[in-house]
Amino acid sequence: MKHRDVGLWDLYISFFKIGGLTFGGGYAMLPMLQREVITKHGWVTEEEVLDIYAIGQCTPGIIAVNTATMIGYRKRGILGAIVATLGEVSPSLIIITLLATVLFHVQDVMWVQRAFGGIRVAVCVLITQSVITLAKKSLIDIPTILLYLAVVLATFFFALSPILVVLFAIVFGLCVQAVKRRAS
Amino acid sequence: MIYLQLFWEFFKIGLFSIGGGLATLPFLYALAETHPHWLTAKQIADMIAVSESTPGPIGINMATFAGYQAAGLAGGLIATLGEITPSVIIIIFIARFLGRFDKNQHVKDAFYALRPAVVGLISYAGLMLLSVTVFPEQQFKLKEAVLYAVLVVLVLRFKKAHPLLWIVLGAIAGLLFALPS
Repeated sequence: MKHRDVGLWDLYISFFKIGGLTFGGGYAMLPMLQREVITKHGWVTEEEVLDIYAIGQCTPGIIAVNTATMIGYRKRGILGAIVATLGEVSPSLIIITLLATVLFHVQDVMWVQRAFGGIRVAVCVLITQSVITLAKKSLIDIPTILLYLAVVLATFFFALSPILVVLFAIVFGLCVQAVKRRAS
Repeated sequence: MIYLQLFWEFFKIGLFSIGGGLATLPFLYALAETHPHWLTAKQIADMIAVSESTPGPIGINMATFAGYQAAGLAGGLIATLGEITPSVIIIIFIARFLGRFDKNQHVKDAFYALRPAVVGLISYAGLMLLSVTVFPEQQFKLKEAVLYAVLVVLVLRFKKAHPLLWIVLGAIAGLLFALPS
């Protein structure tokens, strides 16, 4: 399956482009990913990309990183996985470091503070939008709605650790689905 | 050794945040509580804004930013490496031994509950952000509340608009109405 002819440098550059030209991650990366790894290089097929993307969503960590690691691994083994992943995150490292440095120097300027006063509200709005979109897809029955409410209350009012929430949800999902299957 | 601590904290974020960029947010808020000298809840809001308005995966942008905030240039690099290390290990393991991991029935069962739990965690992050923006130090900020309500209505009306648009509108409103009020 492994094509030794795929160069490590090509992998790095391709994923560097994907990382550097995708705004927002998640689904936003699919068009760029398809262009680079299917159309341009023919490293994987359309179906493979969707499978890899589906696996990337079901594993811990950033979806874009998981996808890069998987394609890199299929093409050039462990080294390919590492190189593709580093390519994916390199633009972020460069751009964010530069911006953070600039912001650090201008953060006390009056108009910057005012702009960020409004931007913070806009970010609240963006998160609200994400929550509504995601809730429509994942709050599908009474157990999932109850779990959602319990998580919000436990984290916001009792500062329950997100790690414990994730572990609890895994156990909860396995139990509820097992009970449902037994009942039917 | 701050670099080792940073690597470990972001390694945990990479390991337990499931479902993409915004899913790392609740972990950043937890980090702001355990390590207040690294980053504050208010700074996280600015990080989200910058991460949404620049290219690259949001989760990685926020890790770089948070690491930079905590320990400068090397901090940003180490936080990002910490966050991607679990992914690389887990994905290589799956590619080698598990194949179509997402088709596994136990994985599907777990995700039935993981999805709403992650929405709950993102809601928690949103509430934290809203509370520092609209209710800082128990004070109700009317201007921010009105701006929030207006923008929510607009966002729900124009769903396809790019997030950057709302951030720019927010910045303009901030300048016009002299926020934070």
